[in-house]
Amino acid sequence: MTGAFARVPELAAQHLLLAMAALALGIAIAVPLGFWSAHRPAAARVALGFASLVQTIPSLALLALFYPVLLWIGGVPALGFLPSLLALTLYALLPILRNVVTGLQGLNPAVIEAADGIGMTRWQKRRLVEAPLVLPVVMAGIRTAAVWTIGAATLSTTVGQPSLGDLIFAGLQTQSWPLVLAGCIAAAALALAVDALLGLAEHGLRTRRRWLAWVALGIIAAATFAASAPLWRSGGSDRVVVGAKNFSEQYILARLIGDRLRAAGYEVEYRDGLGSAVAFGAVASGAIDVYVDYAGTIWTNQMERTDVPARPAQVRAIADWTKRTHDVSLLGTLGFENAYAFAMREGEANRLGIATLDDLAARSPQLRLGSDLEFLERPEWAAVRRAYPMRFAEATPYSPTFMYRALASGRADVISAFSSDGRIAADKLRVLADPKQAIPGYDAILLVAPKRADDARFTGALRPLLGAISVENMREANYMVDRDSDKATPEAAADWLAQRIGR
Amino acid sequence: MPAETPGPSVAFHGITKRFREGPPAVADVSLEIAGGCFVALVGTSGSGKSTLLKTINRLVQPTAGHVSIDGEDVTARPLPQLRRGIGYVFQNVGLFPHLTIAENIALPLRIAGDAVGDRVGAMLDLVELPRDIAGRLPAALSGGQRQRIGVARALVANPRLMLMDEPFGALDPVTRDSLGGAVHALHARLGLTTIMVTHDMAEALLLADRVLVMRAGRIVADETPDALLAGAGGDAAQALVAIPRGQAERLAQVKAAR
Repeated sequence: MTGAFARVPELAAQHLLLAMAALALGIAIAVPLGFWSAHRPAAARVALGFASLVQTIPSLALLALFYPVLLWIGGVPALGFLPSLLALTLYALLPILRNVVTGLQGLNPAVIEAADGIGMTRWQKRRLVEAPLVLPVVMAGIRTAAVWTIGAATLSTTVGQPSLGDLIFAGLQTQSWPLVLAGCIAAAALALAVDALLGLAEHGLRTRRRWLAWVALGIIAAATFAASAPLWRSGGSDRVVVGAKNFSEQYILARLIGDRLRAAGYEVEYRDGLGSAVAFGAVASGAIDVYVDYAGTIWTNQMERTDVPARPAQVRAIADWTKRTHDVSLLGTLGFENAYAFAMREGEANRLGIATLDDLAARSPQLRLGSDLEFLERPEWAAVRRAYPMRFAEATPYSPTFMYRALASGRADVISAFSSDGRIAADKLRVLADPKQAIPGYDAILLVAPKRADDARFTGALRPLLGAISVENMREANYMVDRDSDKATPEAAADWLAQRIGR
Repeated sequence: MPAETPGPSVAFHGITKRFREGPPAVADVSLEIAGGCFVALVGTSGSGKSTLLKTINRLVQPTAGHVSIDGEDVTARPLPQLRRGIGYVFQNVGLFPHLTIAENIALPLRIAGDAVGDRVGAMLDLVELPRDIAGRLPAALSGGQRQRIGVARALVANPRLMLMDEPFGALDPVTRDSLGGAVHALHARLGLTTIMVTHDMAEALLLADRVLVMRAGRIVADETPDALLAGAGGDAAQALVAIPRGQAERLAQVKAAR
């Protein structure tokens, strides 16, 4: 359990910085907007309606939506801090705006008449009467916004912004419950601490003890400032960021890469849990320096190709394309393939006489498909269906771990497994053959950001990994992390893999 | 206090105020109030008396006509400057609940950028409240004390004109009586022009030099208290005078019967 908490301070700092920046921006927008619209009923309805609408969008989707929006705008980072900040700011608006508007509308009319009667200017009325009287109500709204923002910030992991969500997502993927617990406990503690301090500030304002409010807000400001310390640390060129998508193999390979870079004298950070589309964008923009992707993924998603060439030719074509269009270097292949592979329980496959995708297509109306979260939306699935017309009785997406569980428990009859997955051998699954070659090759490839292409120390540290990882070794390392008992951490599996490589 | 120079005169010139629908709240009122006068505006609810009063400090904007103070149109100056020269006291007082008594009283000076000095203490003396309540919050005061603070706040910037809108309406009879007396004394001592809206004819007759009776937005009587008591002013005014007179007569009968 103590190991699970090792990354908490670093991630909690990033988490706090993000949430407080979003909260501050939310206050800066909602408070003036609230004052402006409080006495304009139509404007107040529109503003509150918009803020309520934002709340109905699931926060995960809200974060994801900013990625294409920022890409479309161009010239700003579409990943990491900025999209997280914008989404969380929108999320923070409603409670603050609502409390400013209702607070102002609920002010005793006699007090406003007195303010007018003694000859206050509009600005004096705002500053001396309205602001201090609505402050406690607004403070309550800010507390709500703070708790919401800190909670939702865990989801920023998915758009490449480190947060306590890193622990939760990694823990969920590898079924490492101590990690999930560590992330949840830390996020909850952060929310409770900020809420308690804001509550203290509110109490201070209500009871006319302004110093109390200043002390409480000062602690929050100081903590946020301290959390931003990594940002103003100098020496940018020796800091590298290793990216990873959201499954065990990626976590292990990221640690393997990170360890080698650290040995070469770099300071290493990780961006875990990136979505497929997000990861390539991140390396192209330089938000991450290096990560492992799979040939078929780039081939179908980024290049939008549907043909299936021989694997070496495919990798060469990809290297050309990434260099030409995004200045991303393909350093080489790692040696194993992680292809989409349809897998069934051995006994079930024998009983139904299914050995190939052709056989599967014939039986599909009686079968249920379990897939990973993205497969049903991916071009590979479309390609498979073009080659082997199949129509399942039911198709359900699962996170990878639960997908294998669904197959084992009989809730799914066939799954979209991964060929490097240790559970294929461990669970005695049958991988169905692809006689028409509908699924392209999925060689693991190292992609390097434009600014690292000419960094000889960097590429030199990574070259020994090329062609060094056999699919057997990768499966075993994956299984160490994925199995249900005696689980290893991705770090431990990476150490084991490094010894196997022996370079 | 410069009692030798009386407060300003106030003149209404064809004031009409219409709200969205229905008959006008104030219908073509023209009259002049001499400087230093204590005028009571009396009428039943909805007669337009408060609306007429508020056209002076422009809390109400007339639909037609204009108001002048000492011959100068009230729209000639910036609004805050106009209002800072007029004391305004109203039924709900409107003390600022987040400020202490001292801060409430001093606020008109602060917003005008004037020095506060010992004005808070002097104003508390003037409205006959102990100086040691200065540090308390309005919530800790009784209704009568709060209205005294309202008067102190209205007078702290030395206005020469005081507008009062049902100032004693929410007070118990004892407080009402003593505060009415205190306000009248202040009016005389400071040489103010005072215009007070009230629905209580007895209060008007006891405090004012001149009583204006309003009904349905119009002035229906404009008399001195003596003339009203002598039966002048017409039916509407006499109907209002009849109430305190009837009460007084009944009290006399009760006393005689013992």
